Amino acid sequence: MNTINLIEAINQALVYELSNDPTVVVFGEDVGINGGVFRATTNLQMQFGKERVFDTPLAENMIAGLAIGMATQGLKPVAEIQFMGFIYAAIDQIISHASRLRNRTRGRLSCPIVIRTPFGAGIHAPEHHSESTEAIFAHIPGLRVVVPSSPARAYGLLLAAIRDVDPVIFLEPTRLYRLAKQEVPDTGDALPLDVCFILRTGKDITLVSWGAMIHETLKVAEYLSTIGIEAEVIDVATLKPLDIKTILNSVERTGRCVIVHEATKTCGVGAEIAALLAEFGLTFLLAPIQRVTAFDVIVPLSKLEHYYLPTEERIIQAVKKAMEFT
Amino acid sequence: MEITQKIIAEFEVKYIQFLDPQGNLLQDLPNSLQDIKKVVELYRAMVETREFDAKAILLQRTGKLGTYPSILGQEAIGVGIGAAMRLNDIFCPYYRDCGTQFWRGVKMSEILLYWGGDERGSNFVNNKQDFPICVPVASQTLYAVGVAAAIKLKKEPRVVVTAVGDGGTSRGDFYEAINLAGVWQLPIVFIINNNQWAISVPRSQQTLAFTLAQKGIAAGIYNEQVDGNDVIAMYYAVQKAVEKARNGQGPSLIEALTYRLSDHTTADDAKRYRSVEELEKHRLEDPILRLYQYLLLKKVWNEKEENNLKEKAANKVQLAVEEYFGIKPDSPLAMFDHLYAKLPDALVIQREEVSRLFGDL
Repeated sequence: MNTINLIEAINQALVYELSNDPTVVVFGEDVGINGGVFRATTNLQMQFGKERVFDTPLAENMIAGLAIGMATQGLKPVAEIQFMGFIYAAIDQIISHASRLRNRTRGRLSCPIVIRTPFGAGIHAPEHHSESTEAIFAHIPGLRVVVPSSPARAYGLLLAAIRDVDPVIFLEPTRLYRLAKQEVPDTGDALPLDVCFILRTGKDITLVSWGAMIHETLKVAEYLSTIGIEAEVIDVATLKPLDIKTILNSVERTGRCVIVHEATKTCGVGAEIAALLAEFGLTFLLAPIQRVTAFDVIVPLSKLEHYYLPTEERIIQAVKKAMEFT
Repeated sequence: MEITQKIIAEFEVKYIQFLDPQGNLLQDLPNSLQDIKKVVELYRAMVETREFDAKAILLQRTGKLGTYPSILGQEAIGVGIGAAMRLNDIFCPYYRDCGTQFWRGVKMSEILLYWGGDERGSNFVNNKQDFPICVPVASQTLYAVGVAAAIKLKKEPRVVVTAVGDGGTSRGDFYEAINLAGVWQLPIVFIINNNQWAISVPRSQQTLAFTLAQKGIAAGIYNEQVDGNDVIAMYYAVQKAVEKARNGQGPSLIEALTYRLSDHTTADDAKRYRSVEELEKHRLEDPILRLYQYLLLKKVWNEKEENNLKEKAANKVQLAVEEYFGIKPDSPLAMFDHLYAKLPDALVIQREEVSRLFGDL
């Protein structure tokens, strides 16, 4: 039995791909001998050598540029940005070059890179270590934005991201890194990108979430079942491009939808999902779409972060509100 | 109490020039340019580049081209780089590098197409490996080090050359790139086109550093300053740096001193911020004029050949313009078709909407 947590699943996917694709290279700050600050790249340098797994100088925009340049030469770079709070320095390379190299050369050059970064609050980390700003990247044409929410999906989606021929921003929820273990066979089978995963079926209401909040959302669904409400839980997984069809199909059956995300509310990906539901599924809706998100405030330091993060109680209240409409 | 300090390091910045502004040869031609025909080739390329530049401005003024950044006065840099590189090397240009691009097989019609507002101008037919023109200042230096890192990893005998303006050296991108190139000893050459102006901000307001070349010292990489109006010096310095990089002896930073005789782009009016006197003073350092004078002095060139060359250059540019005019507009669906390798389902509806609204031209 290969029972592992999410960070071990990331490592397992990297080992698999490094072993099976000689063009894969892994780099970033402290990913070499140290194995990454969260240990995602543990033992990789020892196993695959310093030419394939290496530390870089401390400069995030350079790390992104390095990945882009390498990708154009037939390599498959998997770059790590140590925390999402530090990815902003790399945004110029990601937006101005990675996302558009294929388009602006009409396919002559392309950019098959993966930029992995830990994200999210709830681990009592220092300032700038708890960001959930996925909407910034979900806004950018040409990118894929992928968020795993379980060890098995982390393994399968990371394999898919590395094998994809376009740039992928791969956001790893730090709160889930060591929260739970599950069996993840090392088969090398990738999961599909660009699709949502239905984690639980239910006829009464659709709960849509991704990343760390999947944990609370599933717990709420279990509780709701005990009070006679069967919730369908959808893990969006790929935020860009968005598989709205799966969500629409579910809401067509349930008529009610609660969107749960850890990022702030305004212009969050939840707003896009709600808008698309209104655009294409208004006639299915029996109740207003509810959003349970972080408040529109700067992510607080650790003492206040439990007020900031959506709670199970807030999700339950939102579900009850949606169920009130008949 | 007297505090004593030791000098633990001292650095130097070298400057190289072969031709003075009057076309006098100040030192023997380098070995690689002993054959005067090769010097004449550089001259031809500079004249063609200037002819193109003048035509591009004219096209913009008559509404047939979008905003265009002139390279007037910087032809020696572009041609010097182009001639010094091998064809399978990789060039990561910015937006004042058409002289190098033409030498490396990029068609004049492609550069017109690009500034005319068509992405296909960056899909070079005769050069598959070079990067397209880069607009965000100095950002090209960062993917350039990525290309160089890949080349080194794959142990290919190739070199990356990237160019940046004087303003670009103030950006973090530039420092991050030269730093990585140094610490990893990457096969890359950085060229600074120091044309003294970043739109309206003069070189003196970019940095207190005495030279831009010395920025390489902080990164631990070889640096030198070159007379960027002297194509012989440019060719010599870049070729030396490129071959050094190819031989595994690390990166170089070359500051090419020149002057932007034009506005920043056709959307700019330099009269707002710099004097005519300053401009006229720098016209006397013109890279084409000085090589012309040298070739005349050497008696390998005459008025007849000059007229022939100018006529040929004008014809070549005119053919490129006609080719550019003959290219039909791209299909609006092309906006979607190169966004991803395969169009995601999420975009199918929008693509169909464009098809319905505008058709597939």
